[in-house]
Amino acid sequence: MENERILDVENMSKFFPIASGGGAFRRKTADLRAVDGISFHIMKGETLGIVGESGCGKTTTGRCVLRLYDNIKGTVSFEGTDLTKLGAEQARRARREMQMIFQDPMASLDPRMTVGKIIGEPFRAHGEPERKDEIAELFRMVELDPNMAGRYPHEFSGGQRQRIGIARALALRPKFIVCDEPVSALDVSVQAQIIALLEGLREELGLTYLFIAHDLSVVRHISDRVAVMYLGKIVEITRSDELYSNPLHPYTLALLSAVPIPNPRLDRQRRRVMLSGDVPSPVNLPRGCRFNPRCPKRASGLCSEVEPELKPLSPGSDHWVACHHA
Amino acid sequence: MDAVEKEAKKRNYAVNMLVRLVKEKPLGAAGAVVLLVLLLVGVFANVLAPYGYNDMDLSARLSPSSPAHILGTDNLGRDLLSRIIYGARISMIVGFSVALIGTALAAVLGIISGYFGGAVDFVIQRFVDGMMCLPSLIVVLTVVAITGPGLLPIILVLGVEGGVGGRVRVVRGAVIAIKRNLYVEASRSIGATSLRTMAEHILPNVMAPVIVMFTTSLGSAIITEATLSFIGLGIPPPEPSWGGMLSLSGRSFMLIAPWMAFWPGLCLCVAVYGVNVLGDALRDLLDPRLEGGSGSYKIKKMIGGGFGGGIFGRRRRQKPENT
Repeated sequence: MENERILDVENMSKFFPIASGGGAFRRKTADLRAVDGISFHIMKGETLGIVGESGCGKTTTGRCVLRLYDNIKGTVSFEGTDLTKLGAEQARRARREMQMIFQDPMASLDPRMTVGKIIGEPFRAHGEPERKDEIAELFRMVELDPNMAGRYPHEFSGGQRQRIGIARALALRPKFIVCDEPVSALDVSVQAQIIALLEGLREELGLTYLFIAHDLSVVRHISDRVAVMYLGKIVEITRSDELYSNPLHPYTLALLSAVPIPNPRLDRQRRRVMLSGDVPSPVNLPRGCRFNPRCPKRASGLCSEVEPELKPLSPGSDHWVACHHA
Repeated sequence: MDAVEKEAKKRNYAVNMLVRLVKEKPLGAAGAVVLLVLLLVGVFANVLAPYGYNDMDLSARLSPSSPAHILGTDNLGRDLLSRIIYGARISMIVGFSVALIGTALAAVLGIISGYFGGAVDFVIQRFVDGMMCLPSLIVVLTVVAITGPGLLPIILVLGVEGGVGGRVRVVRGAVIAIKRNLYVEASRSIGATSLRTMAEHILPNVMAPVIVMFTTSLGSAIITEATLSFIGLGIPPPEPSWGGMLSLSGRSFMLIAPWMAFWPGLCLCVAVYGVNVLGDALRDLLDPRLEGGSGSYKIKKMIGGGFGGGIFGRRRRQKPENT
């Protein structure tokens, strides 16, 4: 692994305004704090996993990193360029180097376009010639038959469609790919194939991934480091072996205890950390630690008063956690 | 989503649509045949017409059907069949140009309005509101009164008037629904410009309502041209227009030469009815929401086809006045 940061995110926030009233009378009444001041970096060739429940802001994080939204606070620097400062057209050009793989492989492919045209879209978008041999090569890279280029997306299985989505993301040979839950819509047997394909491509093309998922076992397999998100904040971030062997944040513990163990005896023996209640609304955040209303630990009054900072366990440690009692 | 998927499942979309049209919508298919015949007649008018449209045979004025003049002649001794054939050319030119301009305008404005949303949407929609609150025929009459009658002004006025109106709303609604699909965002994430996304993803996916709009506006353009020509603000004589043929001479000689009004009136009815049933059949076939709907609904729609819809829909009921 090269010692170079490809992506450096600092204090990034993305709020969505909640407005009421219609037409010219529309006024902002509140903010939905989807991502609320998060910082992380990704090294070249590394895979950073992001896990968390639905609505915790992990998809928004992925989209902010590609600057698919405007009005992002903080800085997102990709190879030294701050994407948040770019205009719309510059951001569009910057996307040549960074691509995205989407969760639902049916919805992310236009049903009225042949897959050959879908895979060729990145070339057209950036004004490059759509070469037949290059598209055939992309088909081979994702282990599909190039002769299927004239077919439509519905003629493929879920796994094949996801391969098409991957081929499209690879077309311009990007350096960095955001994988937004790329396997969660697929059958378990197919999931493994797609993960293996993504890993193989990473080695072959020297890619860097931001891998978003809610399935911890999938993330563990592919990631070098993992960030756990809760309500728009990163609560714990560390190397993936460290996270799984020594989880410190009570939320991480709860998530890990929900991972099924394929051995009934071991599964019966372990202690389940069950979380009660629902995720609080990202419009009305709880006071103090965001996790305190659901935290099984809730050790002190500090939890409901002061929001804990994400800080290293000991100076220089790569295990960062945001809990007063870690 | 599922319906779109099913729709897209057909490899050869156009051929399949044609087969479905004939099988499921025989009336609509008949409408398509009528339109095709009219189109061919219009294109080959100079080959098909036995006489020129303004060739007068003063010795055979007001003559009924005869071997020389199959549909008879008018008060100036002009062959009615020839004039009807040339009239079809006018109707087709006006109909297709107006439908093309109107549909293209509505599609472009609707896609821009729906895709960008926000302030752009607000401005376009308020403009559409403004157009919609003016009675369309009055607007058309006013503009034609200023520009003077003629083929080009009529085409432009009807095209723009039809394009900037309710049809923009139809397209906008469809675009807003399509915009939410992930493949639109995927296109953005790839780095496609808005223009490319609209052309490659939005437009092909709103084609169904746009095609239906095209056929309905075709019918209403034909009838509006006839209306304008009837009141003398359309195609100036001696150019033959079906509406114009019904007008002054047709009405004045109604009692002694009823064929003068009958034939153009019949052609107008058949043409507009044909186009409208085709439009309704296409709407049913292309609208995924109506797919697999009950048979009674389809029959009802087809029977009602000649009377409803279109910007001049309400006026179409006044057709008996023309015939």
